[in-house]
Amino acid sequence: MTKKSGRSGSQNIQGGWKVAFWFLLPSLIGFVVFFLYPSLRGLYLAFTDWNLLGNKGEFIGFDNFERMRDDSQLSNSLWVTLKYVVINIGSQTIISIGIAVMMDRLTKSQFVRSIMLLPWLMPNVVVALLWVWMLDKNLGVVNRMLDWIGIDPINFFTSTSWVIPTVAAVNTWKFMGYTALLIFAGLQTIPKSLYEAGAIDGATEFQMFRRITLPLLRPVLALVLVITIVGSMQVFDVINVATGGFNGQAGGPANASRVVYLYIYQTAVTFNEPGYAAAISLLLVAILMVVTFLQLKLLRAGESDLA
Amino acid sequence: MSVDKQKTQADASSAKTDASFGARVGRGVAWAILLAIMVVSVFPFLWAFRTAATTNPELLSGSVDLLPAEPTELNFKRVLGRANDAEILESSGRENAGQFDFLKALRNTIIIATAITVGQTLFSGMAAYAFARLEFKGREKLFLVYLSGLMIPPIFIFIPNLILMKDLAKWTESGWLNGSVLGWIPWEWLSFTEVQWLGTFKGIIMPFFFMTPFAVFFLRQFFLGINRSIEEAAFIDGAGHLRVFRSVVLPIAAPQMVTLAILTYVTSWNEYLWPLFVAGGNPDVQPLTTSLGTFLTQQPGTAPDWAAIMAATLLSALPVLALFAVFGRRLVDSIQFSGIK
Repeated sequence: MTKKSGRSGSQNIQGGWKVAFWFLLPSLIGFVVFFLYPSLRGLYLAFTDWNLLGNKGEFIGFDNFERMRDDSQLSNSLWVTLKYVVINIGSQTIISIGIAVMMDRLTKSQFVRSIMLLPWLMPNVVVALLWVWMLDKNLGVVNRMLDWIGIDPINFFTSTSWVIPTVAAVNTWKFMGYTALLIFAGLQTIPKSLYEAGAIDGATEFQMFRRITLPLLRPVLALVLVITIVGSMQVFDVINVATGGFNGQAGGPANASRVVYLYIYQTAVTFNEPGYAAAISLLLVAILMVVTFLQLKLLRAGESDLA
Repeated sequence: MSVDKQKTQADASSAKTDASFGARVGRGVAWAILLAIMVVSVFPFLWAFRTAATTNPELLSGSVDLLPAEPTELNFKRVLGRANDAEILESSGRENAGQFDFLKALRNTIIIATAITVGQTLFSGMAAYAFARLEFKGREKLFLVYLSGLMIPPIFIFIPNLILMKDLAKWTESGWLNGSVLGWIPWEWLSFTEVQWLGTFKGIIMPFFFMTPFAVFFLRQFFLGINRSIEEAAFIDGAGHLRVFRSVVLPIAAPQMVTLAILTYVTSWNEYLWPLFVAGGNPDVQPLTTSLGTFLTQQPGTAPDWAAIMAATLLSALPVLALFAVFGRRLVDSIQFSGIK
């Protein structure tokens, strides 16, 4: 007993790799084989003309990167992605802040919160199918309602000008409840005494929102924006299903919805150029890193005005 | 956007008028907006149900009544493969309606999501325990390397993984698995001895079976929050690490493991891109997500089979809805947890 208790107090500190190895082994296998190795190989692929049919390729130096410079499809896809991110993040963030503040001031009901989480849990494919039907030009319920108030039917998913705002709105519908919950969690960190003090001083709800809520929410908002913008730049599922339905060409009409993620997928699988696709995904990784870094810098995420 | 504007206008007006009356009006308006958002969140599901309970010929009338004139269960029967020819004709309004083997796709999804959930939760839990509790050289560095996986867009590793699957087929073909010591393991269960990886369950499952960076991160956060004193008591009683993990840590962390398991199950249920890469359109292994996508692609642009599409869509969402009904509260809590951390 004495012998055991002598080392047991620190046993979880000893043991070292001999013990840790067995706990880590399965996850290490998965990480090395399916995350680390592919990442390094993706780097290498970007410098090859890999072919999926023979599953081999030659090292071609920087050819893929030079090709990216003059690729009008690529610049188009980056432009489409930018449009999508601006519309999606703009509407989603504003609506989510509204929902979070309303939930915070009105109700503690778990029911209200879970209802709004429902769309977030759904498969993207289901989301796409629901809205392709809701927004159908002839029979869709939304166009029927627009008809009542005298608006002509809109080709939501099949017109070049509407398709990106439509997908942005659909994903806003999907993610607003989830984003609102993240912001709501941030609101809980703001001391209630500040609002009580504000109320005593005769501040209105709107003044309190501007002077107390927004400034103190900034660190949480910065993190939420990083998460949602990074996610938004990787939009794929809804576009691939909604624009690829009925024998349509995913990314259409006329490339109007070919976001960069879709372009990478099609380059790799449809056009059988995984090397070039890997080079474009490297560009995407770089863009994501710069965006994340800039956002955290600009919004000074770590600091809170509470101090 | 208009939502927020309305709210601010309501708030602004409350400033000018009598405070208590204005505040009450403001609260009323805010409640109305909140309820409207809740309705918008669920309405597409109700509308899908209404559509699925209508025959295609009736849908063509373009009625927007909330209830169909003649509710029918035929579309669900049709999607489940239980309708006879007359019923198919009646509900679809055509001779040869598109084929969608819902039950097979459902079976495939259940196999994939269950295998991924069991493996990922257990193995990520073990790794999280090591990172939270064990001391070993390079622990923080290794954890950071794991975490860096969170930053990589999935498509960047899916392309090399697709190529890896083709390589693995070559290696599997050489038969080293059966010829070696490893031959006694019943690989057939995961179709391991099958040469192909593309278009097989193992190809779809394996990349997520052992870990995801998110799962390890999520569980480590939970383990760090668990009081050590019970574990230390167990060590004093002479229990080893495996024993402590199994008999002390797992029971204490069970609610969190379950939360992660639910999130993993829903994520794998919803996964679309990787099966799109690797399932190769094989209906014997394709999950619901890619099957539904293919089903929509095959529909004619004029007069598609909306009633069946919505019936299939609702049925594929049903298990997630059920999980949500049972565990909704826990999911809400977990999001707030991961949001604060």
